[in-house]
Amino acid sequence: MLNLNILILILGCSIVTWIPRILPFAFAQKLKFPPRAEIFLSYLPLCILFALLIQSLLNFRSGNWPTIKGPEVLASIPALMVGYYTKDLMKIVIVGIVAIALIRLVI
Amino acid sequence: MLGYIGIGFAAGVVEKGVGLSLLEILLLSLFVYAGSGQFIICGLLAIQAPISTIILTVFLVNSRHFLMSLSVTSYFKPYSILNNIGIGTLLTDESYGVLTTALQEKRPLTAKWMHGLNVAAYLTWTLANVCGGLLGQFIPDPNRFGLDFALTAMFLGLCLFQIELPLKKRTKQTLQVLASVVIALVLFMRFTSAEIAVIAATLIGCLVGTVTHDA
Repeated sequence: MLNLNILILILGCSIVTWIPRILPFAFAQKLKFPPRAEIFLSYLPLCILFALLIQSLLNFRSGNWPTIKGPEVLASIPALMVGYYTKDLMKIVIVGIVAIALIRLVI
Repeated sequence: MLGYIGIGFAAGVVEKGVGLSLLEILLLSLFVYAGSGQFIICGLLAIQAPISTIILTVFLVNSRHFLMSLSVTSYFKPYSILNNIGIGTLLTDESYGVLTTALQEKRPLTAKWMHGLNVAAYLTWTLANVCGGLLGQFIPDPNRFGLDFALTAMFLGLCLFQIELPLKKRTKQTLQVLASVVIALVLFMRFTSAEIAVIAATLIGCLVGTVTHDA
């Protein structure tokens, strides 16, 4: 039940998540980031999550322009609305799943 | 903390959905222990990205923990380096959120309190992941029920939480950053692979953000 590639992946990912978390604590107060780099890093979570979201709404076609996944974009609308009002990740996911299931049932 | 169970549960279902075994899910939540990191791993596994790309992406995503850790180290100055590393090891978006709320309310902070918070979150997360994976096992074709969409919905939610405040506070600049991400993503998806496009678009978005930050 354990794939070697996945094991390498887990170990690799655990190292790259652990080091940024503990580094400031290990070196405590001596470390100081240049302000420009701090600003750059502050945009990372927003940009990468947005890039991943948009990428998951597009069909990748090697050597061609990507195309839009219609049903997925449609299902995102109710999920987005629920997210805006509830701020609850679990509810966003449930509404999104129900919406896409219904859309696929119709199409 | 209840929201935490929900996210962990969904993470488990999604992890099962991209073909991970229960043992792999357990190890993933024990060793990686990063909500958005784990979803991003699933997303990249789903598009069959190479392992090196996934690790690099997870590193980029979790580099924000560096800044989080950096901003709270001063509160734990009196404690030993081992205590501090222990706190850093289990620091997540959620426990950081609770910690900064406690700081705002000027509650007295001890390393013991922080360890308690961290360990409770850690155990809850792992349990929720495994339960999600268990449920995922009984769903023969998760795609038919739209479970493959859980990941997209998760990105949508995480993205929404990240975007909302900057979009209200600095509307034009945030739109510039988001637009540059989309344009770069589509352009790179035309000429490179999907996962390289994601990284390139992210870095370009950060660059545009940095350049327009003070404007």
